[in-house]
Amino acid sequence: MAHIEIDAPGTTQLLLGNEAIARGALEAGIGFATAYPGTPSSEIMGTLAPIAKKMGIYAEWSINEMVAFEAASAASLSNIRALSSMKANGVNVIADFLVNLQMTGIRKGLVLVVCDDPGGMTSSNEQDTRPIAKWLNIPMLEPSTAQECKDMTKRAFELSEELGMVCMVRSVTYLSHTRGNVRFGRLPENKKVAHFDDFYNIDDPRQSRYTCGMQFHPYKQSEELLKRFAKAPEKCENSPFNSYRGPEIPELLIISSGICWTYAIEAVSILGLQDRVGILKLGTTWPLPEGLVARYLNKSDKVLCIEEIEPFVERSVMELAASLPPDQPRPTFYGKRSGHVRAWGEQNLNLAIQSIASVMDIPYTSRQSQDLEYRRAAQAVAQTLPARPLTFCPGCPHRASFWAIKIALQLDGRNGFVTGDIGCTAMGMISPGSFQVRTYYAMGGGVGVAGGFGHLGQFGFQQPVIAVCGDSTFFHASIPGLINGVWNQSNFTLAILDNSATAMTGFQPHPGTGITATGDPGKKVSIEALCRSLGIHVEICDPFDLNTTIATLLTMMRDEGPAQVVILRRECELVRERKEKRNPFRVYVNPERCIGESCGCNRLCTRVFSCPGLVWDRDAGKAVIDEAVCVGCGLCADVCPRGAIVKEAL
Amino acid sequence: MSAEDLKKEPLNVIIAGVGGQGNVLMSFLIGNALVRRGYVVTVFDNYGASQRLGAVASHIKISKEGLQNSPLLHEGDADVIVGIEPIELLRNLSQFGNPEVIAVANLRPVYPIGVISGEVEYPELDEASAAIRRLSAQAWIINATDEALALGNPIYTNVILMGALIGSGVLPLDVMAMEEVLKEQLPKAFEINKVALHRGVDLVKAG
Repeated sequence: MAHIEIDAPGTTQLLLGNEAIARGALEAGIGFATAYPGTPSSEIMGTLAPIAKKMGIYAEWSINEMVAFEAASAASLSNIRALSSMKANGVNVIADFLVNLQMTGIRKGLVLVVCDDPGGMTSSNEQDTRPIAKWLNIPMLEPSTAQECKDMTKRAFELSEELGMVCMVRSVTYLSHTRGNVRFGRLPENKKVAHFDDFYNIDDPRQSRYTCGMQFHPYKQSEELLKRFAKAPEKCENSPFNSYRGPEIPELLIISSGICWTYAIEAVSILGLQDRVGILKLGTTWPLPEGLVARYLNKSDKVLCIEEIEPFVERSVMELAASLPPDQPRPTFYGKRSGHVRAWGEQNLNLAIQSIASVMDIPYTSRQSQDLEYRRAAQAVAQTLPARPLTFCPGCPHRASFWAIKIALQLDGRNGFVTGDIGCTAMGMISPGSFQVRTYYAMGGGVGVAGGFGHLGQFGFQQPVIAVCGDSTFFHASIPGLINGVWNQSNFTLAILDNSATAMTGFQPHPGTGITATGDPGKKVSIEALCRSLGIHVEICDPFDLNTTIATLLTMMRDEGPAQVVILRRECELVRERKEKRNPFRVYVNPERCIGESCGCNRLCTRVFSCPGLVWDRDAGKAVIDEAVCVGCGLCADVCPRGAIVKEAL
Repeated sequence: MSAEDLKKEPLNVIIAGVGGQGNVLMSFLIGNALVRRGYVVTVFDNYGASQRLGAVASHIKISKEGLQNSPLLHEGDADVIVGIEPIELLRNLSQFGNPEVIAVANLRPVYPIGVISGEVEYPELDEASAAIRRLSAQAWIINATDEALALGNPIYTNVILMGALIGSGVLPLDVMAMEEVLKEQLPKAFEINKVALHRGVDLVKAG
């Protein structure tokens, strides 16, 4: 929606943090960008890919983060600036490669942008990437605003080249997904020539420096890495991204970074403490600008670190304090360790106010406690409001797939269950998926776990196991688990819920769609051909054909042979709707046939099937279609035992 | 164009609805119109994991100048709340409202699955309407979805409400500013959206 490619230096645009990161990469003159979709990082590639050709950039949605990052490193080694972006979980996927790449170093700027998700709003966990930067000696920049997202990304490429190593930029959900004012800089001229020159290493000129271990021993590479990293503190020391606001001698020194800095600034202002409390903002959180921090530690008796997830800055600052000269007084530290900052979940303005007020030991009267009468009325209303839990979209093929899986497991009657995976299919663990998913961990985890369950027969285990994954997850990480299960003759069924899209993150293409990130035709990879090449039984069903799907699942579960695959294929309703722009059926409830509670179906359609497009008319005591929500998929017509729901082809 | 003084610093707006109703587009259009007028704007679209029908709330903070604001409104600190869905409006009023807050409401419910299944009840619409009035200093309550269906498609609901918001005069934006942004961002559907925008303005002007 925003136009990040315009060459209009000095103009101000409203950009998402992620769009600003993409703009920063353009201003840095990148030639190569790769990513795997993952909230909250997806808009970085989502913004770059459509303009890539125009800007002379190669852009790729890769099948997983590891190959994305490996490909980006090849561009860097060939003298082309490269960007790779991912969510926090993706760093786990690239960890092995990253550890080794960091030992040999890079050539042209290589920037890894990681978007963490404090609170885990759209993630399986809320892991913090900053300790990984520290562990691997990777310089890390943490922007606080959309403007800094752009400026720091650009700076990260320079830093990467100055130090000869990968450089990280860390964003979080509330930054990546917030729009703010961004003043554009210049776009560089597009002159890039790729050439791989392996800079033979110092010990043996016959060996490339871009190889780990072997003759060039790992311990020597560690020494080399530490030498390169030793230049980093000085760069951070003088960074314009570190700044201080507040009195010369503050009663309390707050140290903060990233989005939390914006909370700290506003909290101090709301509490009216601008003359008593100072805020040191760290844009370079690893390595710490030690001299700068030490100078400010000397100015205050009390130090409060406000940050999300891990007490990363807090611990680093305490480490620094331990190394200060013995005559320098030690401040008292407040933060997650002392319990003044919440140790889990995301931060916000309210929490920052509470933390500061408690350390300063001042009362804080919130706006809400001033308007008592209003607050009582508001609470009374709030109690009457029904929650709005997650659900599959109207027309979603997964609703049909889980409906079929549930009935098949019931008919089988051996207490079978589903091992789940990441993506929209994860909603199989809650109401819209009939609570069928019993384990849920990581990309590819469903099939891997099922492979283990499938070997427990020798211990009397008789429950059938259905592993579920989406099509994008299949390509990302499920193939090794499937091959392992087939090879080792594990007994399970893999149901690939193929909706031909990476739906949850915004419909990015993948090998099964045959379209690349830039919208060009790619070589389409057939899931069924790939699975059949393993020599196993593979079936393809349309989940909307409920009876065939149920029968197929039952047959597969009852087979005691090795792993089998059923592909439950139907395009994501939101993708179909965008393409066709019309509903396939007109669906309505025949009020004469629907007899409501007296039917004996126990309101199967609204109570159990629960599609948001089919609602219950309390006054009439019958089901009724909500025309503003229904997409006309017609599945409910097949679920109603009385045939009271009618679908007419349009 | 230079920014004018605001009634309050920052001026805080929430747009509340459910996934698929066009919350994000609306906050994007308003945010862009404000940046064109020279304001410092912070927009955060708070949504969960589902593409459709989850609760969505867009937080918009507007400053004449100065630092970029933090993404979320402070509790009890909204100046205006637009509700594309009535209980999402009430949810946000009860958390971010105050005796001075202004409400712009669409009175068309989208039922959560717990209501459809009968586990929990949805408030009666006249009760919801009364609660909206009780929790606001001034409320414009319209049926934008019916108006959108009359224009041929429920997707115009958000732009009708955007018109109502502009018509209410609480933002430092006029109809021309919104037309400019609509023309730029939705060139193919500009004419029908312009009609929807004006329909919203007229509904508020009428009363």
